[in-house]
Amino acid sequence: MSDILVRIDGKEVEASQGMTVLEAAQSAGISIPTLCHHEKLEPFGGCRLCIVEVQVGDWMKRVVSCVYPVEKNLIVRTRSEMIDKIRKMILELQLAHAPDSPELLDLAQEYGADKDRFDKEASFCIHCGLCVRYCDEVKKKNAVGFVDRGIRKEISFIPEIAAKECWNCKECFPLCPTEALQAAFVLTKSLTSPPLSHEPSSEE
Amino acid sequence: MPRINSPSELEKLRQGILSDRDPEKPCITLCSGSACHATGSGDVAASIETEIEKQGLSAELDLRKTGCHGFCERGPIIVNHPEESCYFQIKPEDIPEIVSQAVKEKGIVERLLYTDLNTDEKIINESEIPFYKNQKRLVLGSNGSIDPKSIDDYLAIGGYSALEKALSQMTPEQVLEEVKKSNLRGRGGGGFPAGRKWEESRNAPGDIKYVIVNADEGDPGAYMDRSLLEGNPHSVLEGLMIGAYAIGSHEGYIYVRQEYPLAVENLTIALKLAEEYGFLGKNILGSNFNFNIIVHKGAGAFVCGESSALMTALEGRAGEPRPKYIHTAVKGVWDNPSVLNNVETWANVPLIINKGADWFTKIGTEKSKGTKIFSLVGKITNTGLVEVPMGITLRDIIFEIGGGIPGDKKFKAVQTGGPSGGCIPENLLDLEVGFDELSKAGSMMGSGGMIVMDEDTCMVDVARYFIDFLTDESCGKCVPCREGLRQMLKVLTNITEGKGNEGDIKLLEELSEVAKEASLCALGTSAPNPFLSTVRYFRNEYEAHIKEKRCPALSCKELITYHVDPDKCQACMICARKCPADAVDGDKKKIHIIDQEKCTKCGTCFEVCPSRFGAVNKISGESVPPPIAEEKRIITRKSKEK
Ligand SMILES: Cc1cc2nc3c(=O)[nH]c(=O)nc-3n(C[C@H](O)[C@H](O)[C@H](O)COP(=O)(O)O)c2cc1C
Ligand code: SF4
Ligand code: FES
Repeated sequence: MSDILVRIDGKEVEASQGMTVLEAAQSAGISIPTLCHHEKLEPFGGCRLCIVEVQVGDWMKRVVSCVYPVEKNLIVRTRSEMIDKIRKMILELQLAHAPDSPELLDLAQEYGADKDRFDKEASFCIHCGLCVRYCDEVKKKNAVGFVDRGIRKEISFIPEIAAKECWNCKECFPLCPTEALQAAFVLTKSLTSPPLSHEPSSEE
Repeated sequence: MPRINSPSELEKLRQGILSDRDPEKPCITLCSGSACHATGSGDVAASIETEIEKQGLSAELDLRKTGCHGFCERGPIIVNHPEESCYFQIKPEDIPEIVSQAVKEKGIVERLLYTDLNTDEKIINESEIPFYKNQKRLVLGSNGSIDPKSIDDYLAIGGYSALEKALSQMTPEQVLEEVKKSNLRGRGGGGFPAGRKWEESRNAPGDIKYVIVNADEGDPGAYMDRSLLEGNPHSVLEGLMIGAYAIGSHEGYIYVRQEYPLAVENLTIALKLAEEYGFLGKNILGSNFNFNIIVHKGAGAFVCGESSALMTALEGRAGEPRPKYIHTAVKGVWDNPSVLNNVETWANVPLIINKGADWFTKIGTEKSKGTKIFSLVGKITNTGLVEVPMGITLRDIIFEIGGGIPGDKKFKAVQTGGPSGGCIPENLLDLEVGFDELSKAGSMMGSGGMIVMDEDTCMVDVARYFIDFLTDESCGKCVPCREGLRQMLKVLTNITEGKGNEGDIKLLEELSEVAKEASLCALGTSAPNPFLSTVRYFRNEYEAHIKEKRCPALSCKELITYHVDPDKCQACMICARKCPADAVDGDKKKIHIIDQEKCTKCGTCFEVCPSRFGAVNKISGESVPPPIAEEKRIITRKSKEK
């Protein structure tokens, strides 16, 4: 495995072929904020919070570190005025939906994001896709998926699959940075109560 | 039809087709593209057939149903050969005369000819009509002369000679070099040099490589790709085959919107014929080159036209953009090198191979070569598809080809590049059309949409309209696009409704910056353009909406009021009768007053008030004059009653 030397925030970091910039940074203890990343899952690149500046030769570009692969002599800056500005805005946009998410609130503090900048549309879900992808890629059940697109996009449990699979799993619950997931599940359960009701309803 | 196995067999076949055809034999060509079909070219075709039968002319007169001629607004279109006399807006009842004139030497149906708007002169030939005269129809031109369902028609105009040349006289490297030298840039979006993309794929590791036609054409109002596929499908196939040969690909895909049934039909026929003739399959023209093409019907959203989304859709998954920093030319469909080009890009390839890169680079500007097809719509006299040389000015397109703005209105802006393009104002009308020129002006070439706007168009509302479209079409995967556009739409809607705040422009600029910098795909990174370009050139309109609650174009409903000028009102009752909200109070001889509480601002009164009175005003940003006193409302006419 060929070692690749990259420089992240001035620090020399040894990385190996196939690693992403995020992984390289994490291995060197440099933290980059993420919302949609999970080490067991394929990079999704949806939240854009992990955006960084990379320089290859004279050419600087902004890329999301959870997807961008390391390459020789790459110079990475994980913070800059622009990066902070982008992260602040992303957090403010997300806080309109999940104003009480502790994860978002912590990050908001760090980046000076105003949680009340945009009118609240408390749908709770911030579309990180962790539950959807975990259920697909790790559990291979596809019990929860996205429906519709754009601003109407929502997570939704598929009742037929959820009725069979979810009771003994629920591994996605702790992944959710908000309370949306559990809410969606409870809703599905209530809508499909006949087929689900043979299970003890200890949740409520 | 036996398979053609060599270049010489192809030439023999071509000579055979040509010698069977008499160029002097009268032939009626009828546009049968989707647009003309919608205006009745199917019925016209049927009457031509009946009439030929009736007049006993089947031996002397041919009928050819062709693809789109571009001047769709005036369809159905007929061109009679060899005179090339052309007729517009043909109805079945015109046919007996057209048919009987068609077989006469220099026979013309005078009354159906095109009349020049300025000189009132009748024009016989298509090429003399202003709409066509200033075009350079290299790619679209053959549409009018061939039946897209006939491969012999395509062969008769030299079809597949570029493929033959590439396979028999050129190495793949030479083909690639020629395309690189031509500096052909992508016609579907970003204007990326096709040759560079091909080279990247050719050099990428892997035995399986794909070439793909992007025929998703999601821009509302754009239909150049549809017209090409419907009218001249073989030219796209031939381009794809040549590209495949250059890249080392043996499998091609055509990703075409399901909503294009005629394009799919003509493509399917073309593919079948090309296979029968031996232009597809194994050992094409005896060259050892093997190639096949699969048509993939897409039913996806606008974003499915984006390259990574399209490739995901080809793999049979939901067409969403993928976050990748490796070019699809290196890792595309199923991670194999995949070259995706637009329909029009591919259709240029046979021309370049046949006539050479040196010929091609003589057309256009320094960095944008060849021609571009635009779909010209909006507040313009001649709408339709126009193909122009790069470097032509916007002014020439709009005023020479398009015939200017109808109804004595003033030009305000032209929106180019599709929904995420931008608006270009009047003082830039002399801008030369090219990829970089349009980008520098804050717009883009995109796939060639061109919407002309007149003085009645509110530029804030235009921005709102396009951001609304894009918000709807965002796939929702990434935050800067999904959430950023959601907020931008809210702010823009507020501004057009008179609820704008100080600071809104700055907020929109910040949201734009983040969407541009941080979105995952080009939908998000280009989505702010409608706002950015309008605020760049029409900032005063934004400010008027926000600060004065005034819409300078008198277009935003919430910011205008209709008012009857008591000095002009003749108490004719027309508006009072037509008002659907019953908001006009008045009587015969009693000056009308609009009840602002009831008024829904539909504008009916404004439209129906006789122009010689012109008594209804639109007011914005100022208070409505109080209604006149009841006693002053009675008109005593100086009567002229006979
Ligand atoms: C949202 C979006 C929609 C697109 N739709 C189309 C389309 O309908 N047709 C097309 O040819 N290119 C479309 N593109 C551009 C493609 O991504 C790609 O750049 C193009 O097909 C490459 O071919 P070209 O270089 O020949 O233009 C779209 C891009 C985006 C971001
Ligand atoms: S930019 Fe928009 S369309 Fe593209 S991936 Fe992000 S949300 Fe989807
Ligand atoms: S963690 Fe990289 S985009 Fe979300």
